[in-house]
Amino acid sequence: MSLTEFLIEVAGNYVATIGFGILLNIPRRALNFAGWIGVLGYFVYKFIVIWGGGYVVGNMMGAVVIGVASLQAARIKKMPMILFNIPALVPLVPGGQAYQMIKYFALGENSTAFVFLIQVVMISGAIAFGFLLSELVNRVQQRVWRHRR
Amino acid sequence: MSSQKKRDQLILHTALTAGRIMIENGSEVERVEDTMERIAHNAGAKTSQLFVMITGILMAINGEVGAQIEPVKRRTFDLEKISVVNDLSRQFAAHKITLQEFANRLDHLDKSTKYFPFWLQLLSAAMVSGPLEVVFRHNLPDFWITCVVGALGWLVFYLLNKFIQIRFLSEFAAAATIGVLAIWSVHLGLGNSVDDIIIGSVMPLVPGVPITNSVRDILAGNLVSGPARGVEALVSAAAIGFGIAMVLQFL
Repeated sequence: MSLTEFLIEVAGNYVATIGFGILLNIPRRALNFAGWIGVLGYFVYKFIVIWGGGYVVGNMMGAVVIGVASLQAARIKKMPMILFNIPALVPLVPGGQAYQMIKYFALGENSTAFVFLIQVVMISGAIAFGFLLSELVNRVQQRVWRHRR
Repeated sequence: MSSQKKRDQLILHTALTAGRIMIENGSEVERVEDTMERIAHNAGAKTSQLFVMITGILMAINGEVGAQIEPVKRRTFDLEKISVVNDLSRQFAAHKITLQEFANRLDHLDKSTKYFPFWLQLLSAAMVSGPLEVVFRHNLPDFWITCVVGALGWLVFYLLNKFIQIRFLSEFAAAATIGVLAIWSVHLGLGNSVDDIIIGSVMPLVPGVPITNSVRDILAGNLVSGPARGVEALVSAAAIGFGIAMVLQFL
């Protein structure tokens, strides 16, 4: 990945996350943080895929990082966590695969469509599981935090 | 006795209104339960019993006869309101506002809607479509046409949602519009790849709030509300898919 591509992807993810945040009407104060969390989550996914971790693990780790970072942002800004993790999730959505699946089903090429269907199911499952893990990390962290005080 | 009863009534009203506003605008159930319990506790109720579902809330305080019901009839996505309820609840816990003020502000919040201006929403729909098309497909030449198609698709969704108020139908129509515009723009030579334009343009319609909340509700053990949200997300996704598939049939 060249530097130009990297910068284009950073800018693209940041702008797209903020745009989705505006469509959901999240408060102005939360927009910047949400944008950076979106970039962070996407790049965790991207680098795991580049280093050969596979797209399922990549999406899962991306979702974990988004979940953990959102809780930190929620603490710093004293705002609900969903303001950060919902827009940040958008770059991980398997839009491309879902579209290919629909397209091949519509064209009647069912065997190709099933390949994409399985990918969509795997990625959605990985993201859901990633959120589960991040919740686990957050709860453990909260316990430790409370215990220490 | 009478003043105690009035006070209890006010606590119930405040907590129920706060809960309804949060569910209506896309909060997860656990947060609603937490906020309502805090409000009741901070207002001096000894105990509170809650039953929160995605279509209605039941609440009683101090173990008295006479729980109250608050139905939740409409569902939109306005995360700012959730944030405002959260702020108000924090201020109330810190004794910066009284219970009566809290109730008044909630009633005011319930009536007013403060969205971003329309042009900014349209622009941000374009800014979701174009950049994500580039990120997903690395197709720079189609950036501008994807922005335009995405914004127009979202405009159809917005207008239909305002006038017929059936979310799934609006999504279906918006997806079909995106498909037609994408094919048309490639025919006219404005774009190169129908696939890439469609993939970018449907991104503003993605049901992000139900997906996220569904997972979080199921994890928190709300086995009624979680799957209900999941069905909402699934029907939205299916509506978008059918819209696109219908257009591709006539390709």
